[in-house]
Amino acid sequence: MDLYSLTLTDIAKKIKNKEVTIKEVLDSVYSRIDEVEPKVDAYITLTRDMAYQRAEELQQRLDNGEDIGVLGGVPIAIKDNICTNSVKTTCASRMLENFTPIYNATVVKRLEDAGAIMVGKTNMDEFAMGSSTETSYIKKTKNPWNLARVPGGSSGGSAAAVSADMAYAALGSDTGGSIRQPASYCSVVGLKPTYGLISRFGLIAFASSLDQIGPFTKTVEDAALMLNVIAGYDKMDTTSANVEKVDYVSGLSNNLNGKVVGIPTDFITDGINKDVKLAYDKAIETVKNAGAKVQEIKLEYAKYSLATYYIIATAEASSNLGRYDGIRYGYRAKDFSDLDELYVKSRTEGFGEEVKRRIMLGTYVLSSGYYDAYYKRAQQVRTLIVENFKKAFEACDVIMIPTAPNTSFKFGAHNASPLEMYLEDIYTVPVNIAGLPGISVPGGFDNNGMPIGIQFIAKAFDEKTLLQAAYAFEQNTDYHTERPKIEEGK
Amino acid sequence: MKDYEVIIGLEVHAELSTKTKIYCNCSTSFGADPNTHCCPICTGMPGTLPVLNEKVVEYAIKAGLATNCEISRFSKQDRKNYFYPDLPKAYQISQYDLPLCIGGHVDINVDGNKKTIGITRIHIEEDAGKLIHDAYTGDTLVDMNRCAVPLIEIVSEPDIRNADEAVAYMQTLKSILEYLEVCDCKMQEGSLRCDVNLSVRPVGQKEFGTRTETKNLNSFRAIHNLIEFETKRQIEVLENGGVIHQETIRWDDAKGVGYAMRSKEDAQDYRYFPEPDLAPIVLSDEYINDIKNSLPEMPHIKKERYVSEFNLPEYDAEILTASKHTADYFEKATAACNNPKAVANWIMGDFTKMLNEKEIEINESKVTEENLASLICLIDKGTISSKIAKQIFEEMFETGEKAEDIVNKKGLVQISDEGAIKEIVKKVVEANPQSVADYKAGKDRAIGFLVGQIMKETKGKANPQIVNKLLLEIINN
Amino acid sequence: MSISKEEVKHIAKLSKLNLTEQELDKYTNDLSDIVNFANELSNIDVDGIKPTAHILDIKNVFRKDEVQPSYDREQILKNAPSKDAGCISVPKVVE
Repeated sequence: MDLYSLTLTDIAKKIKNKEVTIKEVLDSVYSRIDEVEPKVDAYITLTRDMAYQRAEELQQRLDNGEDIGVLGGVPIAIKDNICTNSVKTTCASRMLENFTPIYNATVVKRLEDAGAIMVGKTNMDEFAMGSSTETSYIKKTKNPWNLARVPGGSSGGSAAAVSADMAYAALGSDTGGSIRQPASYCSVVGLKPTYGLISRFGLIAFASSLDQIGPFTKTVEDAALMLNVIAGYDKMDTTSANVEKVDYVSGLSNNLNGKVVGIPTDFITDGINKDVKLAYDKAIETVKNAGAKVQEIKLEYAKYSLATYYIIATAEASSNLGRYDGIRYGYRAKDFSDLDELYVKSRTEGFGEEVKRRIMLGTYVLSSGYYDAYYKRAQQVRTLIVENFKKAFEACDVIMIPTAPNTSFKFGAHNASPLEMYLEDIYTVPVNIAGLPGISVPGGFDNNGMPIGIQFIAKAFDEKTLLQAAYAFEQNTDYHTERPKIEEGK
Repeated sequence: MKDYEVIIGLEVHAELSTKTKIYCNCSTSFGADPNTHCCPICTGMPGTLPVLNEKVVEYAIKAGLATNCEISRFSKQDRKNYFYPDLPKAYQISQYDLPLCIGGHVDINVDGNKKTIGITRIHIEEDAGKLIHDAYTGDTLVDMNRCAVPLIEIVSEPDIRNADEAVAYMQTLKSILEYLEVCDCKMQEGSLRCDVNLSVRPVGQKEFGTRTETKNLNSFRAIHNLIEFETKRQIEVLENGGVIHQETIRWDDAKGVGYAMRSKEDAQDYRYFPEPDLAPIVLSDEYINDIKNSLPEMPHIKKERYVSEFNLPEYDAEILTASKHTADYFEKATAACNNPKAVANWIMGDFTKMLNEKEIEINESKVTEENLASLICLIDKGTISSKIAKQIFEEMFETGEKAEDIVNKKGLVQISDEGAIKEIVKKVVEANPQSVADYKAGKDRAIGFLVGQIMKETKGKANPQIVNKLLLEIINN
Repeated sequence: MSISKEEVKHIAKLSKLNLTEQELDKYTNDLSDIVNFANELSNIDVDGIKPTAHILDIKNVFRKDEVQPSYDREQILKNAPSKDAGCISVPKVVE
């Protein structure tokens, strides 16, 4: 078996036990990248030289008998909206095509402290706005399960990289489903932690009250290991939660005895693909067989999440993206006659279509006369959705729903109607609105062989239960053992 | 011409004298090389987040309490969105609907008349950077050192009616902020500045007229002159049948002229919304009371104390307490020489004149409190005459030398030895028989001439009382 | 309620974006679609419901007033498209 195809947990053990050298591991991963990246296009930047240099240092420390951390020597990919000191961080935008941060995001520091090695920065929808990674200015990432289809988004590069064994794990960010939906489309594990569990310092903001960083991995156990490293209070992030450190890896068991799994029947209605519905029904049987009690729950406000999301997220984005004005960093238009023209041309040329659409929508909902009708009302509905979930969790430990109503689609399928594309986020968005943790695990395939994800949702800061449910589901199915062929299909 | 009433409201911006900026650990100190007090946070680099400086809240509350405001138990920060090269994030973090302090007032005094000016609110916000015009290239240069230096904005009610009141209000605020030590109030450095909102209306009219706004005035003179100018301009416009547009006036202080900037075609829309990256500020009674108890003695209380404790006239007390630096100086010097009236006279007399000439504050002077006190002691003990003292003080002011050292160095000790003075008096009387005769003939003025001659002989060091006494004794004998 | 072309022009201006006539048509359509969809919220009774600005119950998160070294100017200006005399350079700002 090739080294690159091992799990994060396994490769970390092999390095620690000196069964393999870190260089051998890097060689394996980069030769895999050389082989499949030309087909998949998951990465914007590869940090090969840095990685080998770091591998050497880490190996030396390891050989000296030092503890190099739980992720010692393990190659990991980072989404290109997470700041990496002296390595380009583009947000897949023309605006930041040549932007090089002068500091590291807190998560990057934490990964480094745990001994991880960055392989490269992954492709994404421009400024994380999209559900297919098609809005990237840099390139189009293909789904390793069928190169004619999208990997999902916005963290499509991270999902594809892990799915195609081009990294043992990757960081993504999830504002309305940007980790879970591509995880679902690419048949990997994607975890969006509770808002506040992971520091956002260094994550280039899309929607500040919704954004959260999380890992992509090949297994649930690996996700728990990643969470152990990146979770925790950060004084640089006011919205970071000061909660007790938890070991998410220990105690994972393959049954759900005594657990109640909530099924929000009223939320899963029309618009869902029949294969996804079949997989979901099967998943209900799986958790039952694993010992869980299945309980029907009501989420009557969840259907309003999408509208709420598009108001809150775009409003915050319109403000967060004001700083890209061609003055201090980023793209500056070549010809301008005065300051205003510099602003307008730089922004008009530097941003793509979807980003502009969202900036304008956000500007609209915040503009004078509309604030109460849109932004304030959306925040009120947000309260109702939060309470809705709180109530639901009185009756269950975790909620299970499909990650997305459909499987991966062909490039350009939703070009005509942005709204149609937004509807792909219907099952992931409520989790961000309520600030809860959610995870997508491989849950089957449709009749085209495209992956289907099953999503678990838990109470705020109850990642322990969330991971337990996902782990038991994974251990009682074998979808996660299937690997993509990395070729063009139907 | 109709009689007009002028309606003025001031928005005063005070940079807080915290060590660090409002949302990061960069220094706030003034005058550094451009862009050297900067980090990814205050320059708005992608991915950065703000964390509020606790001192900013404390200082703003102090200002609120000292101006009789209600302190909000729940307050939050908001984003004000607009594009400008001095604003790195393209939004300013400020406070919109829930500011830290609301509904206060201060009392001002214009030519002995008291008036109360209402304060609508005080909120915290971040300052913008500095734009420098590059005369050589014609471009504008951006220095971000001042970006995110903490500010409080003190918004007054439209209670001010003329330039003198506006200046008195500004002086009162300056004095309060200095007393609180929350702002260094260096107006020439821009750490205290104000925007003037002004409108006029015919006396008796209920509705306000259309107002104009003039931003960033940073001297009392500029405030005064702008108000006089703009009042006159608006009245003229109305008298000529014109209308006032809601617009911004740019004030050219050197020329003493304001220019109306044509109002933008669409009004600014700042799209305020709650700052998602910062937590609400929730204050307990205990916290607010602790700050209340730590407030220093404020000027009006101090003034009353000066009258009762030091027996000073109210006028003196008012002047001495107007600036904290002056009051501190006064108290320290008084403690050292135990002659409050003399200290007051010195401070209010030549000393202030000299400070004004040099355009420095009393705490920046080379004359320490101790040195002024010992000068006064020398006079009180009769070691030097008050005339000589003035001469000595001038030298102290220039060099910072001690009074005793100057007296010794120059041999300026007053001659009070009657024997020695008598010899000189005799000599002068003998040398000026005509004057003596004039005096005896009833020309009192002649005595003045003789005293002058004696003082000349002694280089002004003779004790004048003794000179007078001996001169009369000798002539009349 | 849908968005008019005039409104789209206005918000483009506020956003410092320039739209071609064709783009203006497309964005007017798209934004109207989304706004119409978002209008479903107007059917919900939100009377007396507190808005959620922060999902976490956080308050009073403060930092100590302690100076730490700033960054080198070279670093601060590293990504600037145009600089001069230790500053970022922009076209003349008309006051």
